[in-house]
Amino acid sequence: MKVGILQFPGSNCDFDTLHAFADVLGVPASLVWHKETCLDGFSAIVLPGGFSYGDYLRCGAIARFSPVMRALVDFANSGKPVLGICNGFQILCEAGLLPGALVRNAGLEFICKTVNLTVENAGPAFNPQTLGTTSIRLPIAHGEGNYRIDAAGLEQLKANKQILLRYQGSNPNGAIEAIAGIRNVAGNVFGMMPHPERAIESFMPSLDGIPLLKNFLAKSSVAA
Amino acid sequence: MSTEVPPPNSEPMLNAAITPELIQKHGITKDEYARIQTILGRDPNLTELGIFSVMWSEHCSYKNSKPLLKLFPNDKKDTSRGYGKVLVKAGEENAGVIDIGDDWAICFKIESHNHPSAIEPFEGAATGVGGIIRDIFTMGARPVALTNSLRFGDLDSKQTKRLFRGVVHGIAHYGNCMGIPNVAGDVYFDSCFEGNPLVNAQCMGLLRHDQIKRGAAKGIGNPVYYVGAATGRDGLGGAAFASRELTEESMEDRPAVQKGDPFMEKLLLEACLEMMAIDGLVVGIQDMGAAGLTCSTCETASRGNTGIEIELDKVPQREKGMNSYETMLSESQERMLVIVQKGREAEIKAVFEKWDLHAAEIGFVTDTGRMVVKQHGKMVVNIPAKKLADEAPIYHRTATAPAYIAEAHKWSPDSLPVPNETFLASALPKLLAEPSIAEKRWVWEQYDHMVMAGTALEPGSDAAVIRLRLDNGKEKLIALANDCNHRYCYLNPYRGGQIALAECMRNLACSGATSLGMTDNLNFGNPNKPEAFYMLKEVVTGMADACKFFDIPVVGGNVSLYNESQQGAIDPTPTVTVAGLVEKREHITKQFLPSANATLILLGGWCHELGGSYYQRIMHKLKTGDAPELDLDKEQKLHSALLQTIKSGKVLAAHDLSEGGLLVAVAEMLFAPDTTFGAELDLTDAPESIRPDVLLYGESQSRAIVATAPENAAVIIATAKSLGIKAHIIGNSLTATDLIVKYSEGSLAWKTTELREVFTQRIPQAMEM
Repeated sequence: MKVGILQFPGSNCDFDTLHAFADVLGVPASLVWHKETCLDGFSAIVLPGGFSYGDYLRCGAIARFSPVMRALVDFANSGKPVLGICNGFQILCEAGLLPGALVRNAGLEFICKTVNLTVENAGPAFNPQTLGTTSIRLPIAHGEGNYRIDAAGLEQLKANKQILLRYQGSNPNGAIEAIAGIRNVAGNVFGMMPHPERAIESFMPSLDGIPLLKNFLAKSSVAA
Repeated sequence: MSTEVPPPNSEPMLNAAITPELIQKHGITKDEYARIQTILGRDPNLTELGIFSVMWSEHCSYKNSKPLLKLFPNDKKDTSRGYGKVLVKAGEENAGVIDIGDDWAICFKIESHNHPSAIEPFEGAATGVGGIIRDIFTMGARPVALTNSLRFGDLDSKQTKRLFRGVVHGIAHYGNCMGIPNVAGDVYFDSCFEGNPLVNAQCMGLLRHDQIKRGAAKGIGNPVYYVGAATGRDGLGGAAFASRELTEESMEDRPAVQKGDPFMEKLLLEACLEMMAIDGLVVGIQDMGAAGLTCSTCETASRGNTGIEIELDKVPQREKGMNSYETMLSESQERMLVIVQKGREAEIKAVFEKWDLHAAEIGFVTDTGRMVVKQHGKMVVNIPAKKLADEAPIYHRTATAPAYIAEAHKWSPDSLPVPNETFLASALPKLLAEPSIAEKRWVWEQYDHMVMAGTALEPGSDAAVIRLRLDNGKEKLIALANDCNHRYCYLNPYRGGQIALAECMRNLACSGATSLGMTDNLNFGNPNKPEAFYMLKEVVTGMADACKFFDIPVVGGNVSLYNESQQGAIDPTPTVTVAGLVEKREHITKQFLPSANATLILLGGWCHELGGSYYQRIMHKLKTGDAPELDLDKEQKLHSALLQTIKSGKVLAAHDLSEGGLLVAVAEMLFAPDTTFGAELDLTDAPESIRPDVLLYGESQSRAIVATAPENAAVIIATAKSLGIKAHIIGNSLTATDLIVKYSEGSLAWKTTELREVFTQRIPQAMEM
């Protein structure tokens, strides 16, 4: 059983994500081309960052029609863990596996920097206790990370403890209530704008990506 | 067959008689036309004339700069370290390749997109990045880092803001989508660049020695493939456009600016790397950059000592009714020419189908030595490939020293009144707020500088360092920096060229890296003007002498002449990128202090000059004197001292002294990412004969500051002195945010939090929308 990392045309954090799982966490992992139609044999799926289909139309809007997406919906509905990072988060929103949408940053400019995030209590699988901290530091790199959702949807997120992470201090992209990451109601589909795979080695801005990725895997049968 | 004359073109317009006006419009001189007639043994037709005009433009042929470029060393003498050997030399291929050890290599090159960016900053800069990336992956390398050197007019001018924003957005748009980290660069603002910005983009790639690909058309009968985006009418004659001065009418040249599609290039990159990884499939490969289909076909044939024949009807086209002239001269982006081993066509097709791209077979390699182009089955072009590609005329231009240089060298700081404490105190915040010195975070936070998960030292320090993962869990650490102070080049081109290289190497040494090689972008004015050519000649001579002295090979580069707008020529600006190797992670050194109570040691002695300095510019509105002195031997010893002390593990931070001199360097060291420190400096050891403005703000070369724990200061000083480098303890860092400076005649004090505010806010405030 292993981790599958979906590779869309224009994905560009695919190899970084593979490195994080395979080399740093030491779990079996492999890339999955977007034309695959079957995800049998994988116990967790990650949608990496990048510019799938050049972000044409809207971020993630074309990728959701890739052949692999039908299999992914079944995979998610079966309760297995799915993580979307940055562009992966955008694709999951476009595919309806996560609520809300990500629009252009409030400052209209692409922003790449390391930010502090508050770990929210998002239920038994994701909270300060399971992550071992209330605050983490992760890099962000996006032009469209401004999370939007209607008032009713926001109330739902809060009521179901679906908010995973919030930006601390100044909100880098104007996201509603500084939301940086969310999960679905069932608690097996995660999406976040920050890049945990860029915070896993000693020379990187932090090592906070490691507990986060391990925590994600804890939901699956892959042992990290 | 070989000398067959093409029959009349199916497009009647292209059969127009070649008049002197038409020749002149193509930027071809009378003598050059005579040469074309000799080569062909007849008059060219219009398509052929267009082909000669782009291939013989400065951009493609280096006809005005070739004799000078030969001065650059293209090989490394000392390869005893186990890395640094030049595997592919400059000029042989699209980019040079340098061994980094363990059978791995890097290949890197810088290229300009100045003129397109002046007209259309976003697309101009974006396609500049796209073009240089293709130059790298056509070598078989995976692009792993981008850097850039940008020059604009005064930041507060409306035009500069538009160009600056557009260029940065364009670079971000292309590089971010490609997923290649943009890790270093330099940005200067000066009125001499008003209307003629400089956009020089550098890309570095990583490859195994056995992955090196050549741009040669070999194997008679091998099919020639066209892969990537379809050809349109954009960028028509862009290379020729780049080889002219900018005028008011240049805005009408907009069609000569190409439009980029980074998503297409990302697919092309992945497909090409996948195709090149198949053993023996690719015989030769070349990107279609400047002069597009023309350049790639005649150059590959020339390198392969073969001929090439293509049929334009088979070229994927996105516009209907393109004639042979347009198709051959189009500079549409994201296209490559690939020569494939005959019989293995299905393999290349399979790779490109996987990526939903087209691979069109457009021709084949011949033994005629000629570049033959057909359309609708009829010959439209027939030119000897080698003569077209390699036998452009070469000009030895006249060089005359401009009179202002000798006049400027008469200047002495003594012509200025000795400044009092108030005046000196006012200078530091002004220098830190000078846009060329102020923090460039506004720029590099728009670039994804962390993708590929290898950025070990991010932008903002002396150099960037990236970690490259090889096979078998091994890794290499490569440092990159860009540099060039145009003010020095204006005042003393020979020395200014040397300083550009020396400062870049110093930045690398401060970061813990040993320099491997250099790529340069020569941005100059019109070479037909003797004074402009003098600057080019002197700069190149100076740089070449310095390269030989430091044993730094030049792996390639670019020449951009005719950088003149209605305001006149730009200052000579030979931007330099140096790549270096850091041997161990522990050697990576930042310019920022990690803590208070560190001892600050000045390596390289006190300053004794003020010529060309930013202090002179900001406090006295002057651009005069001589460029700072440069002793190459001392510079090299300084690098040894830096590397030796860094490798001993005793250096907490290191920063070179450059624009703004001693106090600017100290302030920058105190501005750590998460904390602002203070410092107490005692400079009363300096000879009293040194004026305080010179001492504090002069820009004498071959100097750096290292920070160390107090108990290690003596060892560092001893090491430096044993290498012949002067070392003075100048003070220590403080937790309190005060900068206090004592000098013979007085003392100065600032709040470092306030200094940091002006340093960080200058550019974002100017660029607020």
